[in-house]
Amino acid sequence: MMDPRLLREEKSVRVLLKEVEKSLSRIGRELKLMEVCGTHTMTSYRSGLGNFLRKIGLRLISGPGCPVCITPNGIISAAVEFVSETPNVIVATFGDMLKVPTNKGSLLKIVPDKGSSVKTIYSPEEVIDMAKKNPDKQVVFLAVGFETTIPSIGWVVEEALKKGYENVSLITCLRVVPPPLRAILSSGSVALDGFIYPGHVSVILGSLPYEFIAEEFRIPGAITGFEPVDLLLGIISVLKQIESGQPKVDIAYPRVVRREGNPVARQLMDRVFEVSDGEWRGFGIIPGSALSLREKKMDAVEKFSMDTSSSWENKNCRCGDVVKGAIEPPECPLFRKVCSPEKPMGPCMVSVEGSCLIHYKYGDVEWIA
Amino acid sequence: MDRISLSLGSGGQLMKDFLKDLILKHLGNPTLDKFGDSAHLDLTGKIGFTTDSFVIHPIFFPGGNIGKLAVVGTVNDLVVSGIKPRFISLALILEEGFAVKDLETILSSIKTLADEAGVQVVTGDTKVVRKGEADGIYINTAGIGEVIAEPGNIKEGDLIAVSGCIGDHSISVMVARGEFEFEGQVQSDCQSLHPLLPLWKMGAKWMRDITRGGLGTILCELGEEQDVPVFIEESKIVLSPPVNALCEILGLDPLYLASEGKAAIIIPQDLETEAINFLRTLPLGEAAAVIGKIGGIGKKGEVVLKSVAGGLRLLEPLTGELLPRIC
Repeated sequence: MMDPRLLREEKSVRVLLKEVEKSLSRIGRELKLMEVCGTHTMTSYRSGLGNFLRKIGLRLISGPGCPVCITPNGIISAAVEFVSETPNVIVATFGDMLKVPTNKGSLLKIVPDKGSSVKTIYSPEEVIDMAKKNPDKQVVFLAVGFETTIPSIGWVVEEALKKGYENVSLITCLRVVPPPLRAILSSGSVALDGFIYPGHVSVILGSLPYEFIAEEFRIPGAITGFEPVDLLLGIISVLKQIESGQPKVDIAYPRVVRREGNPVARQLMDRVFEVSDGEWRGFGIIPGSALSLREKKMDAVEKFSMDTSSSWENKNCRCGDVVKGAIEPPECPLFRKVCSPEKPMGPCMVSVEGSCLIHYKYGDVEWIA
Repeated sequence: MDRISLSLGSGGQLMKDFLKDLILKHLGNPTLDKFGDSAHLDLTGKIGFTTDSFVIHPIFFPGGNIGKLAVVGTVNDLVVSGIKPRFISLALILEEGFAVKDLETILSSIKTLADEAGVQVVTGDTKVVRKGEADGIYINTAGIGEVIAEPGNIKEGDLIAVSGCIGDHSISVMVARGEFEFEGQVQSDCQSLHPLLPLWKMGAKWMRDITRGGLGTILCELGEEQDVPVFIEESKIVLSPPVNALCEILGLDPLYLASEGKAAIIIPQDLETEAINFLRTLPLGEAAAVIGKIGGIGKKGEVVLKSVAGGLRLLEPLTGELLPRIC
């Protein structure tokens, strides 16, 4: 494996930044690129590159690529209600989901019913272990994510069915990345000069699903990885496409992404899930953007007649606009004033990939060197 | 007696036997042996005093246990405040059913560490709570010693040194908890900082042990307390291979991980070679280095970090993370 430190070295970064500067001066105007994935936002802020790029005329804005941020509140409140009102159940989910506020509190703060608990998992396969060790309890997996995690969630479903664990079911909010990009472009609400496509989602998807963006909307883009050098290589590819007037979907992350993606993982996804319309925080319903369980007996919402319709939000929270790239976090009236990582008002301040949390931790810089 | 029983708490012969057979067996010294209600101590000049409680889970971790940590934590708080540690107290809160064998291991670590750090346990207390009311054992220690130095006047150009690599304690405890199902062990850096005492004589101006909140939080506190700009370079901070690997895999920021035997130290510019050479001769000190300075381009109270990639950003104190019980 390549040592990631090589992809962070100041020496290499400086060479690439020079390229970016030269290209920008040839283009001769300020540019706005959308990084779809929250981890790219993290890279640009944590390395300090975001501040520098902004100064030389390139703005990176965050897109809808943080799963916690785009999960509608109703889904999380259904899980909160379930574990606090049903005895002997386990709700298992990823760490970042625990602190998202709902009208009934967060999964972290509520008091579970007798014999019930909320468990943090690091890998979906832990759900199978949990079901095996707790045969007298219902294990409900609050499963959120994009193409990166959906195959391993699919594996949990197949494994539970194969082994006959009847105490496993899922509340899902599984979303696919390309449809909201179409929604953003069709709405015309944000003028974009290019896309930095997600690295690990594309390991599964490959580059084909983004090609409509280059063909129909004539917008350049590049798939890239998460080290500073990766990010800059992606940016340079987009700038070259702008200069040549020939938009495409470039793979600037060839060490892990193939044009055809990972067909085995996609077959697994197809076996377990079917495409449906899905709700996104900030967007509403986006056609064809969700994956739902084919096997209805695995669906916790049906199995336990859960109510996922709650649409409660803090009325001043602008997370919906942040995930669409319509505003940047400091433009939200709650940001830093009442909304902070200790007391988040919305999911973008909770998730490590959330734009608000990243701005809060790394972004508030007045001086730029 | 194999396990701690609730009846120990009622005093009487059982408690006397417990003190004699366990506590004095491991920690006995002329002051403690007297069984007095208080200890009479010889100290001269200005005295420094501190206290800390320890609730770590798990109680045993690679490179230490709650007993070692309880001595180290208090000794280190004294050392970094310019105090030569002399005496400590030891208060145990035990859960009914706690294995006596485990308690012996813990007491023996306390003795070893106290001897190493040149402190004596001179007073103490034991309470037992019902099963389920504590997690095995909690410890409180208080420590006193002689003030040997007052923090100096920090000014622009002073250097910030770190006494070794950072984050090993946090990673050790995380792996020991088995949360990530990683195989193998990571050694905690839990150790007494008393060998740093000569630095005060050399001219160190300020010290802080890098515990909860990590180096990042300490530097933010430094900037705020002293009202000075702080500048650090990420590339100068050294991580041990396991800390580096775990941070890469789990996406943790090593700047916010705890150590239990490392300090950040402010020294005047002309002390750089002498101080770093000295630090590198100490246990776990091979990676000691200057990582930044007072001054730079930030405003007063701000900490500016130059990333490995060469970009600049502000450093914030640790916020909103879920912190397990690591000390």
